Amino acid sequence: MTMDIVFDIGLVALLISIAVWSIVARDAFSAIMIFMVYGLLLSLAWVRLAAVDIALTEAAIGAGVTGMLLLNALARLRMTGSDAAPAALPLRIAAGVLCMLVSAALSALVLFPSGEPTTLAPAVMARLGESGLENPVAGVLFVFRSLDTLLEKVVLLLALLAVWSLAPDGLWGGIPGLRVFAEKKSVLVFLAQTLPPIGIMVAIYMCWVGASEPGGAFQGGAVLAAMWILVMVAGLRKVPSIDSQSVRLAMAVGPVVFLAIGIAGIFVANSFLAYPSDYAKPLIVVIEATLTLSIGVTLGLLAAGPPEKVQQP
Amino acid sequence: MNVVMLFGICAAVLVGLGLFGLIVRPHPLRKILALNVLSSGVFLLFGVIARRGTAAGLGGDPVPQAMVITGIVVAFSSTAMAVALVLRLFKESGAVTLDVAEAEPAKRDGG
Amino acid sequence: MNIVLDIFTIAAVSAGAFVFMAGTVGLLRFPDELTRLHALTKADNLGLGLIVFGLLPQMDNMFAALKLISVWLLVQFSGAMVTQLIARTIRRGMNA
Repeated sequence: MTMDIVFDIGLVALLISIAVWSIVARDAFSAIMIFMVYGLLLSLAWVRLAAVDIALTEAAIGAGVTGMLLLNALARLRMTGSDAAPAALPLRIAAGVLCMLVSAALSALVLFPSGEPTTLAPAVMARLGESGLENPVAGVLFVFRSLDTLLEKVVLLLALLAVWSLAPDGLWGGIPGLRVFAEKKSVLVFLAQTLPPIGIMVAIYMCWVGASEPGGAFQGGAVLAAMWILVMVAGLRKVPSIDSQSVRLAMAVGPVVFLAIGIAGIFVANSFLAYPSDYAKPLIVVIEATLTLSIGVTLGLLAAGPPEKVQQP
Repeated sequence: MNVVMLFGICAAVLVGLGLFGLIVRPHPLRKILALNVLSSGVFLLFGVIARRGTAAGLGGDPVPQAMVITGIVVAFSSTAMAVALVLRLFKESGAVTLDVAEAEPAKRDGG
Repeated sequence: MNIVLDIFTIAAVSAGAFVFMAGTVGLLRFPDELTRLHALTKADNLGLGLIVFGLLPQMDNMFAALKLISVWLLVQFSGAMVTQLIARTIRRGMNA
């Protein structure tokens, strides 16, 4: 038991020092790199907290795609010189005191909790078997709180619409300005030819196995998005215009199927998003599969950004 | 001092750090970075709550864990939206700052 | 038998950790970027290989062992590609 706590203390010390370094680093490039390292270490922390599903999601989305997004943005901003006018000393001292108070209050909440820990785990495990799933987190996501998951998918779509709407009016329907490095016979092209088949297999496996072990639609979708971005950046496939019917169909199929099954549940199983007890597992598998595709396409397009070139006729 | 308290304190420190970076750093991309550190601290706090709720043979309460997964995805969407806003701000005004007075001299008209 | 396997695991993982540390010392102390890159990739591939090799006896079944080995192969593959890209960028920076 003591070796575990030594490892945890080391991990926490590393996490905090890396987060501090990311905030106080001088130039933005190193800050973003350090943030990606921080995200990967955070996945280790999630495993220590017995939340392997979250560790997978954090590694894929939190560290991977977010870091890529920020690096892309930094490259476009073409930093000329360092930060403009760092905040004045009185502001920094005031902010420091405020933040220390916030941290102290939260630590007090953690160290001196009031009352016994309440937990919903027995309630979840009591009814989980009826749906045919064995992974309790998947059960919560797709059976007990499936409305949250449906709305979360809609939030992703709304964010994508918001990003697209930031383009100037004349460019609506154009091609996103993802920077492409398409040199023939380069190492990047070789990587983009050999890694995606493996990545797609890993994504499908993660989605499929999420019913009984850690995994699921979001993790698989993030890996799918990463493979698609790799293929686009290497120039092996053109970046699609936002008008493209197949892309819009792929984005819509996840939430539409989810919503349709939910509405059908009103007639077949007496309430919105309820599953008939014999068909629960197949329906959930269909929802997860279509959701993986939609999430992959949506995350990839979110990383590609708003349209910047008019589509060639 | 068990694992729950340790990671709980870590989460509290991360929230404070992220908040500090959000207030103090002037560059918008650094603010977005600090916002991400802040949200990861909040998620870690949720994870600590989930870990406290060990019961029924599981390592942690699955309901807060599902909420954190949802939260990570939504935090990514808001980061993508914020980054797109910063890039559009740069294209419109030519300067990367949220301080309107500094951006005035560099403003170009049109897009 | 179990104690022998545990000792093997501890020895191999410690060797892997030492190799990782050697690579990190190279990262911090070597004079320019290309030598640092070389130290990092060689040491990381060998170190990860030793750690995976040491963890193999602890796996429950063949499938899990194959998964570990495929993780090592994937890291080597993608690491090699990314190292090439970084080295090319460094050389372009040097020629410019």
